[in-house]
Amino acid sequence: MAAARPVKLAASGIWKLFAADGAALDRLGPHPDDTALERAGLVAGVANANLAIGEGEIFVIMGLSGSGKSTLVRCLSRLIEPTRGQVLLDGQDLTRASPAELIRLRRHKMGMVFQNFALLPHLTVLSNVAFPLEVQGVGRAERTRRAREMIALVGLSGREHDLPHQLSGGQQQRVGIARSLAVGPDLWFLDEPFSALDPLIRREMQNEFLRLQAGLKKTIVFITHDFDEAIRLADRIAIMRGGRIIQTGTPEELVLHPADNYVVEFTREAPRARILTARAIMRPLDDRIEVAGAVDAGAKVQAIAAKVESATRPYLVTESDRPVGLIDRSAVLAVLLGREAMR
Amino acid sequence: MSLALARPAAGTRPISPGLLLWSLILAVTLALALLPLPYPKWLSEVPRAWRLGWDKDVSAFLPWLVEDASFGLFSFQELTRAISWLLAWPLEWATALFATGLQRGQGSAAVQVLPPMPWFAVVTAAAMLGWHRGGRGLAVLAGLAFLYLAVFGQWASAMVTLASIAIAVPLGVAAGLLIGIAGFRSRRVAALITPLLDLMQTVPIFAYLVPILFLFGFGPVAATLATVIYAMPPMVRITMQALHAVPQEVKEYGVMAGCTRHQLTWKVLVPAARPSLLVGVNQVIMLSLNMVIIASMIGAGGLGYDVLTALRRLDIGGGLEAGLAIVLLAVALDRLSRATHERAPGSDRRFWILFALTLLGLYLLGLLLPGIARYPEAWTLSTGPFFADLVGWINVHFFDTLEAIKTAIVLNLLVPVRRFLTELPWPWVVLVTALAGWRLGGPPLALLLLGFGLFIVFNGQWQNAMLTVYLCGVSVLVAALIGIPLGIWGGLSRRAWRVLEVVIDTLQTLPSFVYLIPVVMLFRVGDFTAMIAVVLYALAPAVRYTAHGIRQIRPMLIEAGTAAGCTNWQLLSRIRLPLALPEIMLGLNQTIMLALSMLVITALVGTRDLGQEVYVALTKADTGRGVIAGLCVAFIAITADRLIQTGVARLRARGAVA
Repeated sequence: MAAARPVKLAASGIWKLFAADGAALDRLGPHPDDTALERAGLVAGVANANLAIGEGEIFVIMGLSGSGKSTLVRCLSRLIEPTRGQVLLDGQDLTRASPAELIRLRRHKMGMVFQNFALLPHLTVLSNVAFPLEVQGVGRAERTRRAREMIALVGLSGREHDLPHQLSGGQQQRVGIARSLAVGPDLWFLDEPFSALDPLIRREMQNEFLRLQAGLKKTIVFITHDFDEAIRLADRIAIMRGGRIIQTGTPEELVLHPADNYVVEFTREAPRARILTARAIMRPLDDRIEVAGAVDAGAKVQAIAAKVESATRPYLVTESDRPVGLIDRSAVLAVLLGREAMR
Repeated sequence: MSLALARPAAGTRPISPGLLLWSLILAVTLALALLPLPYPKWLSEVPRAWRLGWDKDVSAFLPWLVEDASFGLFSFQELTRAISWLLAWPLEWATALFATGLQRGQGSAAVQVLPPMPWFAVVTAAAMLGWHRGGRGLAVLAGLAFLYLAVFGQWASAMVTLASIAIAVPLGVAAGLLIGIAGFRSRRVAALITPLLDLMQTVPIFAYLVPILFLFGFGPVAATLATVIYAMPPMVRITMQALHAVPQEVKEYGVMAGCTRHQLTWKVLVPAARPSLLVGVNQVIMLSLNMVIIASMIGAGGLGYDVLTALRRLDIGGGLEAGLAIVLLAVALDRLSRATHERAPGSDRRFWILFALTLLGLYLLGLLLPGIARYPEAWTLSTGPFFADLVGWINVHFFDTLEAIKTAIVLNLLVPVRRFLTELPWPWVVLVTALAGWRLGGPPLALLLLGFGLFIVFNGQWQNAMLTVYLCGVSVLVAALIGIPLGIWGGLSRRAWRVLEVVIDTLQTLPSFVYLIPVVMLFRVGDFTAMIAVVLYALAPAVRYTAHGIRQIRPMLIEAGTAAGCTNWQLLSRIRLPLALPEIMLGLNQTIMLALSMLVITALVGTRDLGQEVYVALTKADTGRGVIAGLCVAFIAITADRLIQTGVARLRARGAVA
């Protein structure tokens, strides 16, 4: 799935040590492990992280607090300097970009949304959204027009002249989103954008986010500590722990082939019916059996469950209209009931 | 001292070595002071031959600076002249606008081209600003304060003062902001600035009046410069703190939006820190007003000069009236600037247009009717004679009572403490101070305090320093005896606090000099008068910190005490006071700082300590003597500050462990 997309942002061998420089890291060799770091008295915020994010992909970096996910995303945007490693945006090495070049890239190619909104308290909604354009030197009429467009996009028309403190949390984050989109960035960083919101609002904002992305097709790096949020939104997820990425994959891959017990723990409570596809639970074709109909291999179990469960005969699973397997009610029920029997 | 206080009375527990050490030291100290031992003279003050003579060096340095120093492209003198020139022209414009009008020609040949703002325009402006910032109440307050100036015949002087404030405040704010930003951006600059700020806030103002007088001469420019230097440090500190306190995410957002460094500072950080920065502006305004009287010693003129001359002539009524004018100016400007930083930001272009048009209209009205542009003299009132009569009446009827109180306190408190302190040999005192530093803060603090002590001794200031310590100590003791119980009361009762807060807010708004006037009138000059003025000035933090310390105790702990069956007295003595102790100590620390700064001012009423030394140096323009004595005061202040701060830090650490 991801392999089909051209790579937009690639990071290789990213390290971030706190209170130490590259030389201290170099002394430990190319890939020091945690015990070597500890022996040298070094603390790694990010240790040897590698990612390749495709164009138009929603890539979620997921981990508990202190796992290094915020540090990693700040290395990707070079808000902090990585101790070692390379970040390529459209093939250009960000770690070697000059300050002027970085300012240019940030003005035109990147947008970022923050956990606590980071709105400028002294500016109205309109001025907040127009701010990145103002910084670039876009004229007043043009930036007001674009800002109004963005405000309409996130559904805040009519609140243009309010100050941030007059808005609710959800509305403030809508301003944050509108602001980050105002310059039309290709690459969109969202650092736990919905974590400070109430659960109901959070759900609403996630839907809103998916609606926006369906039209915008940005390349997205999304940080969260909430696995449910990750599987709702992600094309692919990278799970971090102690500064290291332990596994990268689609939600289904994480559920089916967890790399270690830590990932198992995370995926245990996950709603499998919404993650697993028909392909994952089908059994081999058997020409002798009569089928009730056909379902697509990429369909989520949740979507086909009612149909398959109500029929007495199994369904044919097809991939590009070619039959690839069979699916029956017991397989669907096993997923719905959370039995550990698959394949 | 703080250690000994914190230790609970040991019943069955063995006596700790610390307690034993300090008991021993106390015993030796008492013996040294009270036993009639035949000390050699050098133990109370080192002979002239041993002294360092740094005051001469400093005195010689300044003429060299003025006459010979050069930075290559320009000489030092050219630099000071440039600064004078830069300050002089806005000051002239402000004075022209408020006080003198635009004039052509010099001295008596001057012809007024345009008159100054008429009095009703300024009163209206104050009321309009009050209305806009804080509604009707503030409009009435600001309007009445300015009306007072006109009605009681203080207008001309008050406008001269207002003009210098109008220049000094923006300059102090701008300079403080820029230095603060530099300190925020570079850790190295911050490391350079911070100790300098400590020193500037503890060196008495008089001490740097002397070099300013030497470099910039006598007059409004030098006075304004001194005001700016005095009022700026808190702005620098607040700027650094406020910028650091801007949420990390907002800074990151600014970077991600593609701000240049300049844009990040001026479009993101400074506006986001606006509410805290306005607190700094308020501080600058208050300190500038505090400086009004002192600045008039080097030629500021205006209300300060009126107070100063009245004080010298012992003209009670005149002094009180001009003093009250300063107070009202301070209260009005304080409330106006506070209302500004409590308001949410927003667009108010329409108000400012209306404001400008109104002022212009009133100014034109003043041009058309010159008769009313100046407040008619026939309408002025004077309360001067009334106050003079009042004080006269008190002195006639209560002279014996007042005199008896004064004598009793002087004989039983002031004289014994003074004798005790001045008779201690200096090696012992310096050693004990250093030892306290060692116990609380380790070798670095011990060395610092030892250095301070030896500096004072070998500049021949020991006796003066001990007199300062004595007056300061007695005043702080009295302030603590009054302030801490008041603070406890305010901490326990919300209603009491509402009253106390108004009182101590007012006490802190008043310029320090104002305290001197009524006290001098009742008790004439001397140590006793100085003590009362210092106590009044330094009382506020003792009350405020104590109340805060009592109130911040978690209610859970009080409930636990009540549940354990404590009486009210036990709740206070076993739970509230021990838990509030760190805050109370910090309050005392502030009280000491304020007391020391006030002590220098009380030199005017005839004390004989370091303050007097500085004041005499000022009147004789003896730079070296003033600077050295000023540094001695600063070192005493820093010694007290470091000892208390490290003591409190240890108390807190212990509280956290327990």
